[in-house]
Amino acid sequence: MTPPPGIRLEGVGLDFGNAPLFRGLDLLLAAGHMTVLLGASGVGKTSLLRMIGGLAAPDYGRIIANDDLPLAGRVAWMGQQDLLLPWASVIDNVTLGARLRGERPDLARARHLLGCVGLADQAGVLPAALSGGMRQRAALARVLYEDRPVVLMDEPFSALDSVTRARMQDLAGRMLAERTVVLITHDPLEACRLADTMLLMAGNPATLAHLDVPGGTAPRPVDAPAVLSAQASLLRRMMQ
Amino acid sequence: MIRPASHRVMTVLRPVLTCAGLVALWGALARWGHVPPYMLPAPDAVARALWSGRAQLEPAAVTTLEETLLGLGIGIGAGSMLAIGMALWAPLRRWVMPMVLLSQAVPVFALAPLLVLWFGFGMASKVVMAVLVIFFPVTSALGDGLRQTEAGWMDLARTMGATRWRVLVHIRLPAAMPAFATGVRMATAIAPIGAVVGEWVGASSGLGFLMQTANTRFQTDLMFAALAVLAAMTVLLWWGVDRLLARALYWRPAHADID
Repeated sequence: MTPPPGIRLEGVGLDFGNAPLFRGLDLLLAAGHMTVLLGASGVGKTSLLRMIGGLAAPDYGRIIANDDLPLAGRVAWMGQQDLLLPWASVIDNVTLGARLRGERPDLARARHLLGCVGLADQAGVLPAALSGGMRQRAALARVLYEDRPVVLMDEPFSALDSVTRARMQDLAGRMLAERTVVLITHDPLEACRLADTMLLMAGNPATLAHLDVPGGTAPRPVDAPAVLSAQASLLRRMMQ
Repeated sequence: MIRPASHRVMTVLRPVLTCAGLVALWGALARWGHVPPYMLPAPDAVARALWSGRAQLEPAAVTTLEETLLGLGIGIGAGSMLAIGMALWAPLRRWVMPMVLLSQAVPVFALAPLLVLWFGFGMASKVVMAVLVIFFPVTSALGDGLRQTEAGWMDLARTMGATRWRVLVHIRLPAAMPAFATGVRMATAIAPIGAVVGEWVGASSGLGFLMQTANTRFQTDLMFAALAVLAAMTVLLWWGVDRLLARALYWRPAHADID
């Protein structure tokens, strides 16, 4: 993996119809950090993430890597749904990127990654045979197989039950360390456990505000007093 | 999913009972409905015609089956290629789709004499007829399937640096297979109609030709026998294609519910 770049947003804006969704966003997403983006539904979080991933163009401003190299080809994407192809086995899903680029899939590495996410025995099965948590772990293995320095995650654990979600947070926090990660979530506990930097997107047009991050290294324990206290104050802030 | 034995028995019994009921109704109408046999022969008369006319029915059925299978193969192949072409290249869709629609607006009976004129009395005109009949459902179904690829998969493929062709091969085509299967099932059911219509208009063999000949000679029992063979052939063909498609779509849980 190449060194993770920081990502700079310069005057980024997007209109929805004739109304501005957000305007003039300036921000540096620190290299090798996990930035967690919170905010109400419809405020523009996913649109912003898609722009960072090169899946949509901003109406104003630009998004660049701070090492002056293009971001294209250095981003891995993990969505709200696992996006596993139902006709392909788990290992074929993990190596999908290689096949889409016309490369020979590295099956040994894919098996190793499946082992890392606890799916070593499920490599040959279809996604339909997996539980929701297992499917998201397979999706995480697919992200890790891509071995990109930038990872964009749009509410990846929102459909999971609380216990599975907590386990996935631990796994993702460990496996994605030292990459530049942007994670959208509605879950204050998830934000407090995983964030190196926490941003709240709010208002109309929306702006970004930095929030306090609890001490300690991510992924922070689910029962750490600092995490629980930060979760409570974050929830209060989001309810305002 | 393993189903209980009673469920499997019912799966077979249901169509048998339905057919038996319809034949009983037909028999009752023929026997007590005061309908002359040249208009509605009784089921036992049709059964006798099936046996006595087997020397005519068998080669006729083989001819119609050959035309149908060739029409299906060419129609599915050409329809698929056009659907893929239109999915990859939008101008092709804008230019060609109106013509495909137009081909469906013209009744096949109106086209049949022209096709016989152009392609002769042999097999070619019937195959072209079958192709014309099935081309639209296949193109339309696969085209719809290709256009409705899950947006999330397309986003994922873009971040992975995929080419359009590889996205088509690895994502869009497999994702469109359930829609394509619907089109192929529909095509299988209607392809024999195309072949038989062609035979009615001008042929020297085939079930349509046999039906027309029997009709002009008031051999209604033989005509019904030919119809029964055509129906049985279509049902068996559909069943075989349906089983093949269900196997090809092994990953769809829904296919287990289709009996």
